[in-house]
Amino acid sequence: MPSLKDLRNRIASVKATQKITKAMQMVAAAKLRRAQEAAEAARPYAERMGEVLANLAVAFEGRDDAPKLMSGTGNDQVHLLVVATAERGLCGGFNTNIAKLARDKARSLIAQGKQVKIICVGKKGYDAIKREFGSLVIKVVDLRSVKNVGFSDAHEIAGTVLSMYEAGEFDVCTLFYSEFQSVIAQIPTALQLIPAVLPKKDAAADAGASAVYEYEPDEAEILEDLLPRNISVQIFRALLENSASEQGARMSAMDNATRNAGDMIDKLTISYNRQRQAQITTELIEIISGAEAL
Amino acid sequence: MAEVFQFELVSPERLLLSEEVTQVVVPGTEGEFGVLKNHSPFMSTIKPGILKVHKADGSVTEFFVRGGFADVAVGGLTVLAEQAVPVSDLKPEVLAQQIKDAQEDVSDAKDPEAKRKAQETLAQLLEVEQALKAA
Repeated sequence: MPSLKDLRNRIASVKATQKITKAMQMVAAAKLRRAQEAAEAARPYAERMGEVLANLAVAFEGRDDAPKLMSGTGNDQVHLLVVATAERGLCGGFNTNIAKLARDKARSLIAQGKQVKIICVGKKGYDAIKREFGSLVIKVVDLRSVKNVGFSDAHEIAGTVLSMYEAGEFDVCTLFYSEFQSVIAQIPTALQLIPAVLPKKDAAADAGASAVYEYEPDEAEILEDLLPRNISVQIFRALLENSASEQGARMSAMDNATRNAGDMIDKLTISYNRQRQAQITTELIEIISGAEAL
Repeated sequence: MAEVFQFELVSPERLLLSEEVTQVVVPGTEGEFGVLKNHSPFMSTIKPGILKVHKADGSVTEFFVRGGFADVAVGGLTVLAEQAVPVSDLKPEVLAQQIKDAQEDVSDAKDPEAKRKAQETLAQLLEVEQALKAA
Protein backbone atom coordinates (compact mmCIF):
# COMPACT_ATOMS: atom_id res chain seq x y z
CA MET A 1 0.00 0.00 0.00
CA PRO A 2 1.55 3.33 -1.01
CA SER A 3 1.89 5.85 1.77
CA LEU A 4 -0.03 9.12 1.87
CA LYS A 5 3.04 10.99 0.75
CA ASP A 6 3.55 8.69 -2.22
CA LEU A 7 -0.05 9.21 -3.28
CA ARG A 8 0.28 12.95 -3.01
CA ASN A 9 3.35 12.86 -5.22
CA ARG A 10 1.65 10.63 -7.77
CA ILE A 11 -1.33 12.98 -7.98
CA ALA A 12 0.96 15.97 -8.44
CA SER A 13 2.89 14.27 -11.22
CA VAL A 14 -0.21 13.12 -13.07
CA LYS A 15 -1.57 16.66 -12.82
CA ALA A 16 1.63 17.99 -14.35
CA THR A 17 1.38 15.49 -17.19
CA GLN A 18 -2.22 16.46 -17.76
CA LYS A 19 -1.21 20.09 -18.07
CA ILE A 20 1.34 19.17 -20.72
CA THR A 21 -1.04 17.05 -22.78
CA LYS A 22 -3.70 19.72 -22.51
CA ALA A 23 -1.26 22.33 -23.79
CA MET A 24 -0.16 20.05 -26.63
CA GLN A 25 -3.76 19.50 -27.59
CA MET A 26 -4.41 23.21 -27.78
CA VAL A 27 -1.26 23.85 -29.79
CA ALA A 28 -2.24 21.05 -32.17
CA ALA A 29 -5.72 22.54 -32.53
CA ALA A 30 -4.28 25.91 -33.49
CA LYS A 31 -1.80 24.35 -35.90
CA LEU A 32 -4.49 22.12 -37.34
CA ARG A 33 -6.54 25.10 -38.36
CA ARG A 34 -3.59 26.62 -40.15
CA ALA A 35 -2.63 23.34 -41.81
CA GLN A 36 -6.18 22.81 -42.92
CA GLU A 37 -6.33 26.28 -44.43
CA ALA A 38 -3.09 25.65 -46.28
CA ALA A 39 -4.39 22.35 -47.60
CA GLU A 40 -7.58 24.02 -48.77
CA ALA A 41 -5.73 26.91 -50.38
CA ALA A 42 -3.64 24.48 -52.39
CA ARG A 43 -6.63 22.62 -53.70
CA PRO A 44 -7.60 24.89 -56.65
CA TYR A 45 -4.13 24.58 -58.15
CA ALA A 46 -4.07 20.80 -57.94
CA GLU A 47 -7.58 20.59 -59.32
CA ARG A 48 -6.90 22.83 -62.31
CA MET A 49 -3.69 20.95 -62.98
CA GLY A 50 -5.59 17.67 -62.98
CA GLU A 51 -8.19 19.03 -65.40
CA VAL A 52 -5.62 20.35 -67.84
CA LEU A 53 -3.63 17.13 -67.73
CA ALA A 54 -6.75 15.08 -68.33
CA ASN A 55 -7.49 17.26 -71.35
CA LEU A 56 -4.04 16.74 -72.75
CA ALA A 57 -4.02 13.06 -71.98
CA VAL A 58 -7.04 12.57 -74.20
CA ALA A 59 -5.01 13.88 -77.12
CA PHE A 60 -2.24 11.41 -76.41
CA GLU A 61 -4.32 8.37 -75.82
CA GLY A 62 -2.89 5.34 -77.57
CA ARG A 63 -0.02 7.23 -79.15
CA ASP A 64 3.46 5.75 -79.03
CA ASP A 65 5.24 9.03 -78.53
CA ALA A 66 3.54 9.81 -75.23
CA PRO A 67 6.00 11.06 -72.61
CA LYS A 68 7.62 8.39 -70.46
CA LEU A 69 6.27 9.91 -67.27
CA MET A 70 2.80 9.07 -68.51
CA SER A 71 3.32 5.78 -70.34
CA GLY A 72 5.96 4.36 -67.97
CA THR A 73 9.10 2.54 -68.96
CA GLY A 74 7.17 -0.52 -70.03
CA ASN A 75 8.59 -2.37 -67.06
CA ASP A 76 7.61 -2.73 -63.45
CA GLN A 77 10.63 -4.45 -62.02
CA VAL A 78 11.96 -1.73 -59.75
CA HIS A 79 9.59 0.10 -57.43
CA LEU A 80 10.30 3.31 -55.60
CA LEU A 81 8.27 3.99 -52.48
CA VAL A 82 8.19 7.54 -51.18
CA VAL A 83 6.98 7.40 -47.59
CA ALA A 84 5.90 10.76 -46.19
CA THR A 85 5.44 10.90 -42.42
CA ALA A 86 5.82 13.40 -39.62
CA GLU A 87 9.00 14.53 -37.94
CA ARG A 88 7.59 14.10 -34.46
CA GLY A 89 5.78 11.46 -32.53
CA LEU A 90 3.03 11.69 -29.92
CA CYS A 91 0.33 11.80 -32.53
CA GLY A 92 -1.50 8.54 -32.07
CA GLY A 93 -1.29 5.99 -34.83
CA PHE A 94 -0.49 8.53 -37.52
CA ASN A 95 3.09 7.56 -38.32
CA THR A 96 2.55 3.89 -37.59
CA ASN A 97 -0.35 3.64 -40.00
CA ILE A 98 1.53 5.15 -42.92
CA ALA A 99 4.62 3.08 -42.21
CA LYS A 100 2.52 -0.05 -41.92
CA LEU A 101 0.88 0.53 -45.30
CA ALA A 102 4.28 1.12 -46.88
CA ARG A 103 5.77 -1.97 -45.23
CA ASP A 104 2.91 -4.16 -46.41
CA LYS A 105 3.38 -2.89 -49.94
CA ALA A 106 7.13 -3.44 -49.80
CA ARG A 107 6.64 -6.96 -48.47
CA SER A 108 4.18 -7.92 -51.18
CA LEU A 109 6.41 -6.45 -53.88
CA ILE A 110 9.41 -8.36 -52.61
CA ALA A 111 7.33 -11.53 -52.46
CA GLN A 112 6.58 -10.98 -56.16
CA GLY A 113 10.27 -10.83 -56.85
CA LYS A 114 10.39 -7.09 -57.51
CA GLN A 115 13.11 -4.77 -56.43
CA VAL A 116 12.16 -2.08 -53.92
CA LYS A 117 13.79 1.24 -53.13
CA ILE A 118 12.51 3.58 -50.44
CA ILE A 119 12.76 7.32 -49.89
CA CYS A 120 11.65 8.44 -46.45
CA VAL A 121 10.31 11.93 -45.95
CA GLY A 122 10.23 12.56 -42.23
CA LYS A 123 12.22 10.97 -39.46
CA LYS A 124 9.44 8.97 -37.83
CA GLY A 125 8.71 6.99 -40.95
CA TYR A 126 12.37 6.14 -41.30
CA ASP A 127 12.50 4.94 -37.70
CA ALA A 128 9.57 2.64 -38.30
CA ILE A 129 10.85 1.27 -41.58
CA LYS A 130 14.56 0.90 -41.01
CA ARG A 131 14.20 -2.13 -38.76
CA GLU A 132 12.83 -4.27 -41.55
CA PHE A 133 13.93 -2.55 -44.73
CA GLY A 134 16.87 -0.42 -43.57
CA SER A 135 19.05 -1.59 -46.46
CA LEU A 136 16.45 -0.51 -49.02
CA VAL A 137 16.20 3.09 -47.84
CA ILE A 138 18.23 5.15 -50.27
CA LYS A 139 17.45 8.61 -48.96
CA VAL A 140 15.93 10.30 -45.93
CA VAL A 141 14.54 13.77 -46.47
CA ASP A 142 14.65 15.81 -43.31
CA LEU A 143 11.98 18.46 -42.95
CA ARG A 144 12.62 19.18 -39.30
CA SER A 145 14.01 22.62 -40.01
CA VAL A 146 10.95 23.47 -42.10
CA LYS A 147 8.18 25.08 -40.11
CA ASN A 148 5.52 25.41 -42.75
CA VAL A 149 5.80 23.14 -45.74
CA GLY A 150 6.36 25.24 -48.83
CA PHE A 151 6.14 24.37 -52.47
CA SER A 152 9.92 24.50 -52.77
CA ASP A 153 10.27 21.57 -50.34
CA ALA A 154 7.97 19.47 -52.44
CA HIS A 155 9.73 20.64 -55.56
CA GLU A 156 13.04 19.41 -54.24
CA ILE A 157 11.72 15.96 -53.42
CA ALA A 158 10.15 15.81 -56.87
CA GLY A 159 13.50 16.80 -58.37
CA THR A 160 15.19 13.86 -56.67
CA VAL A 161 12.51 11.45 -57.84
CA LEU A 162 12.60 12.76 -61.41
CA SER A 163 16.36 12.65 -61.77
CA MET A 164 16.31 9.07 -60.52
CA TYR A 165 13.63 8.23 -63.05
CA GLU A 166 15.59 9.80 -65.87
CA ALA A 167 18.62 7.77 -64.83
CA GLY A 168 16.46 4.66 -65.11
CA GLU A 169 16.79 3.75 -61.45
CA PHE A 170 13.17 2.69 -61.04
CA ASP A 171 10.07 1.97 -63.10
CA VAL A 172 7.13 2.70 -60.81
CA CYS A 173 6.90 5.30 -58.08
CA THR A 174 4.31 5.23 -55.32
CA LEU A 175 3.77 7.91 -52.71
CA PHE A 176 2.52 7.08 -49.22
CA TYR A 177 0.85 9.69 -47.09
CA SER A 178 -2.19 10.20 -44.93
CA GLU A 179 -5.28 11.80 -46.32
CA PHE A 180 -7.03 14.20 -43.99
CA GLN A 181 -10.72 13.43 -43.63
CA SER A 182 -11.51 14.84 -40.26
CA VAL A 183 -9.92 15.29 -36.87
CA ILE A 184 -10.69 11.71 -35.94
CA ALA A 185 -10.23 10.09 -39.34
CA GLN A 186 -6.99 10.12 -41.30
CA ILE A 187 -6.68 7.58 -44.05
CA PRO A 188 -3.26 6.24 -44.99
CA THR A 189 -3.14 6.36 -48.76
CA ALA A 190 -0.91 5.01 -51.51
CA LEU A 191 -0.79 7.10 -54.67
CA GLN A 192 0.99 6.07 -57.83
CA LEU A 193 3.04 9.00 -59.14
CA ILE A 194 4.92 7.46 -62.06
CA PRO A 195 3.61 6.45 -64.52
CA ALA A 196 0.99 9.13 -63.94
CA VAL A 197 -2.52 7.91 -63.38
CA LEU A 198 -4.71 10.57 -64.89
CA PRO A 199 -8.39 10.87 -64.20
CA LYS A 200 -10.24 9.52 -67.22
CA LYS A 201 -12.58 12.08 -68.61
CA ASP A 202 -15.79 11.48 -70.34
CA ALA A 203 -14.24 11.49 -73.81
CA ALA A 204 -17.45 12.12 -75.69
CA ALA A 205 -18.46 15.17 -73.67
CA ASP A 206 -14.95 16.50 -73.77
CA ALA A 207 -14.09 16.02 -77.41
CA GLY A 208 -15.83 19.21 -78.44
CA ALA A 209 -14.05 21.37 -75.88
CA SER A 210 -10.54 20.05 -76.38
CA ALA A 211 -10.64 19.72 -80.16
CA VAL A 212 -10.45 23.45 -80.79
CA TYR A 213 -7.74 24.14 -78.25
CA GLU A 214 -4.63 25.85 -79.51
CA TYR A 215 -1.32 25.08 -77.87
CA GLU A 216 1.79 27.15 -77.66
CA PRO A 217 4.33 25.48 -77.76
CA ASP A 218 2.72 22.30 -79.09
CA GLU A 219 0.92 19.67 -77.01
CA ALA A 220 3.91 17.39 -76.63
CA GLU A 221 6.08 20.13 -75.18
CA ILE A 222 3.38 21.36 -72.84
CA LEU A 223 2.82 17.84 -71.58
CA GLU A 224 6.57 17.36 -71.11
CA ASP A 225 6.56 20.53 -69.06
CA LEU A 226 3.43 19.74 -67.09
CA LEU A 227 4.09 16.17 -66.02
CA PRO A 228 7.14 16.95 -63.85
CA ARG A 229 5.22 19.88 -62.39
CA ASN A 230 2.37 17.57 -61.64
CA ILE A 231 4.71 15.36 -59.59
CA SER A 232 5.73 18.36 -57.50
CA VAL A 233 2.11 19.36 -57.06
CA GLN A 234 1.08 15.87 -55.97
CA ILE A 235 3.92 15.67 -53.47
CA PHE A 236 3.10 19.14 -52.19
CA ARG A 237 -0.52 18.19 -51.73
CA ALA A 238 0.51 15.02 -49.93
CA LEU A 239 2.75 16.97 -47.58
CA LEU A 240 -0.03 19.41 -46.79
CA GLU A 241 -2.56 16.64 -46.23
CA ASN A 242 0.02 14.98 -44.05
CA SER A 243 0.59 18.01 -41.88
CA ALA A 244 -3.13 18.51 -41.40
CA SER A 245 -3.55 14.81 -40.58
CA GLU A 246 -0.64 14.89 -38.18
CA GLN A 247 -2.09 17.79 -36.23
CA GLY A 248 -5.53 16.19 -36.25
CA ALA A 249 -4.13 12.89 -35.01
CA ARG A 250 -2.10 14.64 -32.34
CA MET A 251 -5.10 16.64 -31.23
CA SER A 252 -7.27 13.59 -30.69
CA ALA A 253 -4.42 11.61 -29.13
CA MET A 254 -3.74 14.41 -26.68
CA ASP A 255 -7.42 14.81 -25.97
CA ASN A 256 -7.53 11.15 -24.99
CA ALA A 257 -4.40 11.51 -22.90
CA THR A 258 -5.86 14.49 -21.05
CA ARG A 259 -9.04 12.58 -20.32
CA ASN A 260 -7.11 9.54 -19.13
CA ALA A 261 -5.04 11.71 -16.84
CA GLY A 262 -8.26 13.16 -15.44
CA ASP A 263 -9.61 9.67 -14.72
CA MET A 264 -6.38 8.70 -13.08
CA ILE A 265 -6.39 11.76 -10.85
CA ASP A 266 -9.94 10.95 -9.74
CA LYS A 267 -8.99 7.39 -8.84
CA LEU A 268 -5.87 8.43 -7.01
CA THR A 269 -7.76 11.11 -5.10
CA ILE A 270 -10.34 8.56 -3.94
CA SER A 271 -7.73 6.16 -2.66
CA TYR A 272 -5.86 9.04 -1.08
CA ASN A 273 -8.99 10.13 0.81
CA ARG A 274 -9.82 6.55 1.87
CA GLN A 275 -6.37 6.08 3.22
CA ARG A 276 -6.43 9.38 5.05
CA GLN A 277 -9.73 8.46 6.70
CA ALA A 278 -8.41 5.01 7.59
CA GLN A 279 -5.44 6.63 9.24
CA ILE A 280 -7.61 9.02 11.24
CA THR A 281 -9.82 6.11 12.34
CA THR A 282 -6.81 4.12 13.45
CA GLU A 283 -5.49 7.05 15.44
CA LEU A 284 -8.87 7.59 17.11
CA ILE A 285 -9.14 3.91 18.01
CA GLU A 286 -5.69 4.04 19.51
CA ILE A 287 -6.58 7.07 21.65
CA ILE A 288 -9.96 5.69 22.74
CA SER A 289 -8.67 2.25 23.56
CA GLY A 290 -5.82 3.87 25.47
CA ALA A 291 -8.29 5.95 27.49
CA GLU A 292 -10.49 2.90 28.20
CA ALA A 293 -7.59 0.91 29.51
CA LEU A 294 -7.07 3.39 32.32
CA MET B 1 -16.40 50.03 -71.42
CA ALA B 2 -14.71 46.82 -72.42
CA GLU B 3 -16.42 43.55 -71.65
CA VAL B 4 -15.29 41.64 -68.61
CA PHE B 5 -14.40 37.97 -68.17
CA GLN B 6 -13.43 35.75 -65.27
CA PHE B 7 -9.73 35.60 -64.42
CA GLU B 8 -8.00 33.42 -61.84
CA LEU B 9 -4.41 33.50 -60.73
CA VAL B 10 -3.44 30.41 -58.75
CA SER B 11 -0.19 29.42 -57.11
CA PRO B 12 0.33 26.08 -55.35
CA GLU B 13 0.08 27.83 -52.01
CA ARG B 14 -3.11 29.77 -52.61
CA LEU B 15 -5.57 31.43 -54.92
CA LEU B 16 -4.22 34.93 -55.42
CA LEU B 17 -6.88 36.52 -57.51
CA SER B 18 -10.27 35.57 -58.78
CA GLU B 19 -12.34 38.31 -60.28
CA GLU B 20 -13.78 39.90 -63.38
CA VAL B 21 -11.24 41.71 -65.54
CA THR B 22 -11.19 43.40 -68.93
CA GLN B 23 -7.75 42.39 -70.11
CA VAL B 24 -4.77 40.30 -68.98
CA VAL B 25 -1.30 40.39 -70.51
CA VAL B 26 0.53 37.10 -69.95
CA PRO B 27 4.27 36.51 -70.44
CA GLY B 28 4.11 33.38 -72.60
CA THR B 29 7.15 31.29 -73.42
CA GLU B 30 6.83 32.23 -77.07
CA GLY B 31 6.03 35.86 -76.45
CA GLU B 32 3.66 38.00 -74.45
CA PHE B 33 0.02 37.79 -75.30
CA GLY B 34 -3.05 39.68 -74.26
CA VAL B 35 -6.33 38.03 -73.44
CA LEU B 36 -9.68 39.74 -73.88
CA LYS B 37 -13.19 38.41 -73.55
CA ASN B 38 -14.10 35.63 -76.00
CA HIS B 39 -10.51 34.67 -76.68
CA SER B 40 -10.39 31.32 -78.48
CA PRO B 41 -9.43 28.33 -76.30
CA PHE B 42 -5.70 28.47 -75.93
CA MET B 43 -2.97 27.15 -73.72
CA SER B 44 0.58 28.30 -73.24
CA THR B 45 3.42 27.80 -70.83
CA ILE B 46 4.74 30.96 -69.24
CA LYS B 47 8.21 32.32 -68.68
CA PRO B 48 9.30 34.36 -65.65
CA GLY B 49 7.93 37.82 -66.13
CA ILE B 50 5.28 40.36 -65.30
CA LEU B 51 1.63 39.56 -65.64
CA LYS B 52 -0.58 42.62 -66.09
CA VAL B 53 -4.19 42.54 -65.03
CA HIS B 54 -6.54 45.28 -66.21
CA LYS B 55 -9.43 45.27 -63.79
CA ALA B 56 -13.00 46.20 -64.49
CA ASP B 57 -12.62 49.56 -62.72
CA GLY B 58 -9.73 50.52 -65.01
CA SER B 59 -6.91 49.96 -62.50
CA VAL B 60 -3.93 47.79 -63.43
CA THR B 61 -2.39 45.25 -61.07
CA GLU B 62 0.93 43.60 -61.83
CA PHE B 63 2.22 40.25 -60.65
CA PHE B 64 5.58 38.63 -61.01
CA VAL B 65 5.00 35.02 -62.12
CA ARG B 66 7.35 32.13 -62.66
CA GLY B 67 6.92 28.65 -64.06
CA GLY B 68 3.51 27.41 -64.99
CA PHE B 69 0.96 27.88 -67.69
CA ALA B 70 -2.02 29.89 -68.80
CA ASP B 71 -5.23 28.22 -69.82
CA VAL B 72 -7.78 30.19 -71.79
CA ALA B 73 -11.06 28.31 -71.79
CA VAL B 74 -14.56 29.30 -72.76
CA GLY B 75 -15.30 30.34 -69.17
CA GLY B 76 -12.28 32.60 -68.81
CA LEU B 77 -8.57 32.62 -68.13
CA THR B 78 -6.71 30.66 -65.48
CA VAL B 79 -3.03 31.19 -64.83
CA LEU B 80 -1.32 28.49 -62.80
CA ALA B 81 2.06 29.76 -61.66
CA GLU B 82 4.55 28.04 -59.41
CA GLN B 83 5.33 31.39 -57.93
CA ALA B 84 3.25 34.54 -58.09
CA VAL B 85 3.97 37.74 -56.18
CA PRO B 86 2.26 41.12 -56.49
CA VAL B 87 4.80 43.56 -57.90
CA SER B 88 3.80 46.09 -55.23
CA ASP B 89 5.31 43.65 -52.69
CA LEU B 90 8.66 43.67 -54.46
CA LYS B 91 10.77 46.65 -53.47
CA PRO B 92 13.88 47.24 -55.61
CA GLU B 93 16.09 47.98 -52.60
CA VAL B 94 14.90 44.88 -50.71
CA LEU B 95 15.48 42.82 -53.81
CA ALA B 96 18.99 44.24 -54.24
CA GLN B 97 19.74 43.32 -50.63
CA GLN B 98 18.42 39.80 -51.17
CA ILE B 99 20.57 39.40 -54.27
CA LYS B 100 23.61 40.54 -52.32
CA ASP B 101 22.81 38.04 -49.55
CA ALA B 102 22.34 35.28 -52.07
CA GLN B 103 25.66 36.07 -53.71
CA GLU B 104 27.35 35.85 -50.32
CA ASP B 105 25.58 32.54 -49.67
CA VAL B 106 26.94 31.16 -52.91
CA SER B 107 30.50 32.10 -52.06
CA ASP B 108 30.13 30.95 -48.43
CA ALA B 109 28.49 27.61 -49.22
CA LYS B 110 30.57 24.74 -47.89
CA ASP B 111 29.14 21.58 -49.43
CA PRO B 112 28.01 21.20 -53.05
CA GLU B 113 24.38 20.68 -52.00
CA ALA B 114 24.20 24.02 -50.19
CA LYS B 115 26.02 25.71 -53.05
CA ARG B 116 23.58 24.39 -55.59
CA LYS B 117 20.67 25.62 -53.48
CA ALA B 118 22.19 29.06 -53.02
CA GLN B 119 22.87 29.36 -56.74
CA GLU B 120 19.29 28.44 -57.49
CA THR B 121 18.01 31.14 -55.15
CA LEU B 122 20.34 33.66 -56.71
CA ALA B 123 19.30 32.77 -60.24
CA GLN B 124 15.64 33.16 -59.26
CA LEU B 125 16.24 36.55 -57.68
CA LEU B 126 18.11 37.75 -60.75
CA GLU B 127 15.20 36.66 -62.90
CA VAL B 128 12.87 38.76 -60.75
CA GLU B 129 15.16 41.76 -61.07
CA GLN B 130 15.36 41.42 -64.82
CA ALA B 131 11.61 41.12 -65.18
CA LEU B 132 11.09 44.21 -63.05
CA LYS B 133 13.55 46.21 -65.12
CA ALA B 134 11.95 45.11 -68.35
CA ALA B 135 8.53 46.17 -67.15
